[in-house]
Amino acid sequence: MRVRFWGTRGSIPVALTAADIRDKLARALVAASGRRFGSYGEAYAFAEESLPFSVTHSFGGHTSCVEFETGHEEYFVCDMGSGARAFGEHVLARQAGRPATVNVFMSHVHWDHIMGFPFFGPAYVPGTRLRIYGCHDILEQAFRLQQSPPCFPVSFEQLEATIEFVKLASGHPFEVSGLRVTPQLQRHSGDSYGYRFEIGGRSIVYSTDSEHKLEERAQTEAIVGFFRDADLVIFDAMYSLAEAISVKEDWGHSSNVVGVELCQLARVKHLVLFHHEPANSDAAIETALRDAQRLEELTRGKHALRVSAAHDGLEIEL
Amino acid sequence: MPLSHRSYGTARVVSPRGRLDHDNCEAFQRDLAVQLDECSREGAALVLDMSGLEYVSSAGLRCLMIAAKQAAARASRIVVASAQPVVAEILQISRFNLVLPVFGTTREALASVSPQAVEAYDRG
Repeated sequence: MRVRFWGTRGSIPVALTAADIRDKLARALVAASGRRFGSYGEAYAFAEESLPFSVTHSFGGHTSCVEFETGHEEYFVCDMGSGARAFGEHVLARQAGRPATVNVFMSHVHWDHIMGFPFFGPAYVPGTRLRIYGCHDILEQAFRLQQSPPCFPVSFEQLEATIEFVKLASGHPFEVSGLRVTPQLQRHSGDSYGYRFEIGGRSIVYSTDSEHKLEERAQTEAIVGFFRDADLVIFDAMYSLAEAISVKEDWGHSSNVVGVELCQLARVKHLVLFHHEPANSDAAIETALRDAQRLEELTRGKHALRVSAAHDGLEIEL
Repeated sequence: MPLSHRSYGTARVVSPRGRLDHDNCEAFQRDLAVQLDECSREGAALVLDMSGLEYVSSAGLRCLMIAAKQAAARASRIVVASAQPVVAEILQISRFNLVLPVFGTTREALASVSPQAVEAYDRG
């Protein structure tokens, strides 16, 4: 199974500014001070091998959209944030004119998780089948509302794809095209749902827009059970712990620290920090990642946990 | 978790020991609230001497946050001191050092509270 991240930012899309690019260039020049490069290749190799990710790359700015490639001809994706536009281009290119079947799993319908759908190309292709799964009663209403006047010029009825909305229930596993899927209720304004996907002995948990209060034993046990022994957990790490339990308490998001703690309790193999705070620079996200890796190291028991940070374009092979 | 304390002038030094996590944070929260009540009545600041604390989890840090809010509501003060290296690093990683005043030693913490407190500490 391959996981492909099309959008990893929380709340609202962001883009690098001219000042951000200038800052990265200045940092690279300082790091290269005194060196001479005989060719573009030498300079490229230096950048690749010697400079931090936050200087040579960007974590990206699209909101939540994560694809799971299972080997099945159908597509599986979580959320329709602004990353869904690029995901749609990928589907259209790969299908080369053949209509696609896309299974969409919705964590919830806050705007940053549905805003990419009006720009999702396959929705405009006759013969395409879209199955949109979710646990909210207002799932279909939310998709229709954002494509109603005066919000968007193309109405939902004008979409050419066959679109089906499928209501799921928390804690009730079901199977779709060989993939076992279990939704889990999470703490978020208006509720959100995580999804555990299992296929061929591998398991992935997509858990975004979820606040965790580890002192609440029953909730913690439920989430640990949901994460238990997963190969990969994609986790809402929007804030620092101090923010998440002070000024941003009850805002419905979590932290890198709680991600490490929950994944250690559940013996998860790989934690991926996700739903990055839009106000955070690439350097700030990189620091949050290093902090989480260091916390894991400090508190490691018998079980080692790998910690990464998602970025737009990241692919993880399981 | 037993919470021993010593008073130095206008400050009370409270010393948690062992590990503070989701298993014992409720009891710690209750004990700390009692200490905070007494400090409030005495008009004393509360210094948390972390030298005996081996580990603190997010649930434990939340107890400190609640205590800090309670202290602020009563115009009282709570500061942290003498954390072991692992706990000091956890405070930094969680950004708690931006929420609560953190001092390297108990003496420095007392000095931040009042001259009388640090004088009492120096006298032993």
